[in-house]
Amino acid sequence: MIANYGYMDGSGEFFVRIDTGKCDGCADCVAACPAGVLQVAEDENDPLSEQPVAKVNEDHRRKLKYSCGPCKPVAGRPPLPCVAACKPGAIEHSW
Amino acid sequence: MITAGVDVGAKNVKVLILKDGVPAGRGFRTIGLDTRKAIEESFNEAVSRSAMKTADISRTVATGAGRKEVKFADGELTEVGASAKGAHRLFGSARTVIDVGAEEGRAIKVGADGKVLDFAVNEKCAAGAGAFTEAMARALEVKVEDLGPLSLKSQKAVPMNAQCAVFAESEVVSLIHAKTPKEDIARAVHDAISDRIISMVRRVGVEKDIAVVGGLARNVGFIESIKRSLAAEVLVPEDPDYAAALGAALHAVETGG
Amino acid sequence: MAEEFWRWTEYRKTMDGVDWKSAEALTVGVDVGSVSSQAVIMADGKLYAYSSMRTGSDSPQSAQKAMDWALEGTGLTMDKIRYTVGTGYGRVNVPFSNRAITEIACHARGAHYLYGPTVRTVLDMGGQDCKAIRCDEKGKVLSFLMNDKCAAGTGRGMEVFADLLQVPIAEIGERSLDVDEEPRPVSSTCVVFAKSEATGLLREGWPKNKVIAAYCSAMAKRVVTLLERTGVQKDFAITGGIAKNSGVVTRLAKELGIKPLDTGYDTQLAGAVGAALFAQSIVKKSMSKAGAG
Repeated sequence: MIANYGYMDGSGEFFVRIDTGKCDGCADCVAACPAGVLQVAEDENDPLSEQPVAKVNEDHRRKLKYSCGPCKPVAGRPPLPCVAACKPGAIEHSW
Repeated sequence: MITAGVDVGAKNVKVLILKDGVPAGRGFRTIGLDTRKAIEESFNEAVSRSAMKTADISRTVATGAGRKEVKFADGELTEVGASAKGAHRLFGSARTVIDVGAEEGRAIKVGADGKVLDFAVNEKCAAGAGAFTEAMARALEVKVEDLGPLSLKSQKAVPMNAQCAVFAESEVVSLIHAKTPKEDIARAVHDAISDRIISMVRRVGVEKDIAVVGGLARNVGFIESIKRSLAAEVLVPEDPDYAAALGAALHAVETGG
Repeated sequence: MAEEFWRWTEYRKTMDGVDWKSAEALTVGVDVGSVSSQAVIMADGKLYAYSSMRTGSDSPQSAQKAMDWALEGTGLTMDKIRYTVGTGYGRVNVPFSNRAITEIACHARGAHYLYGPTVRTVLDMGGQDCKAIRCDEKGKVLSFLMNDKCAAGTGRGMEVFADLLQVPIAEIGERSLDVDEEPRPVSSTCVVFAKSEATGLLREGWPKNKVIAAYCSAMAKRVVTLLERTGVQKDFAITGGIAKNSGVVTRLAKELGIKPLDTGYDTQLAGAVGAALFAQSIVKKSMSKAGAG
């Protein structure tokens, strides 16, 4: 499943996209995220599966632009820690 | 040399006249039906207050979202450029400039010479600008200028979950129904907007001194929240809404040859 | 649109030709939304009875009321229900439910039932959010997004606009189609800024219908952008309150070049139906486990 967490408002589109087919539930991204945006838990949108996957915490879903802001400095943008930590390449950011 | 800076914002027009680098007079109009008329009136007001004639002004520079409407301008400057220049003149030590107007918020990193090194903008969403506090003041049934002083009375931080101004209005109404003191709601409103602004500031890097300009800087509640969130003092000029007009008028001096 | 204020039209129905007494498993799905709540009773995975009511300030009470009303006249009592799933914004506040499942999963599953197994894309436009879901032939979610941060593109945004123009919300769709030519869409996405823009257009002398058209058009364009993120595949179904706004739906279909499917059911039932179907799957799973053990 391609899970798009986040939102679109007048100022842009701010989505963290997690491919749950690729995610192996290792939680490396959870450890890498300095803002506590991610967690690994059961897939709430696939209720009959018991495989834990990465997802964006509920309280960050409506403010991702701000939660992820510190990892996206205007100048000299370094690789995103969550994306870099994910070995299967399951995480993408839309902005 | 006499120059004028005209800042046509989303809501108001601010005009500042500079005589030999010193402010000589200002004009202010809220843009109602007619932007051009507001520009003309505020300009004339600034000219008459500085006891001059229009012909005395050798150069006019326009800035702001509506700067193209200033047909008589000799030049123009971006909002970021104008705010940075104005803030640098007001506070030479400022390295970070926060500028929040009615519809836009900006964080600018400036060098020791006042040059813009980096900036981030929040636009096209009311949640990150003065329009947010206006909407919340309406929901709270208090005047927007009273919202800041009201929030200073708050003893308790209450969380606000909604990000969008429209949803936040409903949340404020529910908080009122739940008998939450208005001052606590007012503080929650300022904390919410300052969190968004600070996150933007962190994207350019927070370096002291920090100056806050733009219309929202008049709001003491917002300034308190910003200070709390940054755990730092900030510099606020006496007339923060004229910072960009000042920057434009200074630019007129520099480009005047 | 015959009813006025459709958001608040409450109704219940018992389906003909389904008998709960002969059913092996009775399950319930309850969708507590921000504006309306639905309770659905299914007999062996077949829609049996349902109700739809306005959500009050107290979610548990709203869920209970909708449930009681769905049961009314059926002779059925709660103790005969094997499993109940709650969904929607207030899903954790359904006191009699056995489990809560997200709206995303339930809408996909419910649309699959209401519109048939050819549905691959579901757009749900609710009171406070907008969801785009792509699903497979079994109604399982393949890709989704949910926009509940911003009021633009939601029923709430439309209400704000209806208020500003002082036009009953039920008339918005038809009035937006009553224009000589399609105006340029309102350029601001943000509802707060779109309001100022609309005020400006009215001052310029635009007739109300033209302003409404400009807003419906902007809303349709915005929803298309959202849909592009998950991908749009035929067949396409629209659920939720705004599915009843012909002004948005017509423009959306035109932008996408895909006509949304029709259903004989009420589109607002999708979430609750999906919840009841998940309840059915859970019961089946436990029965087969018990059988194997």
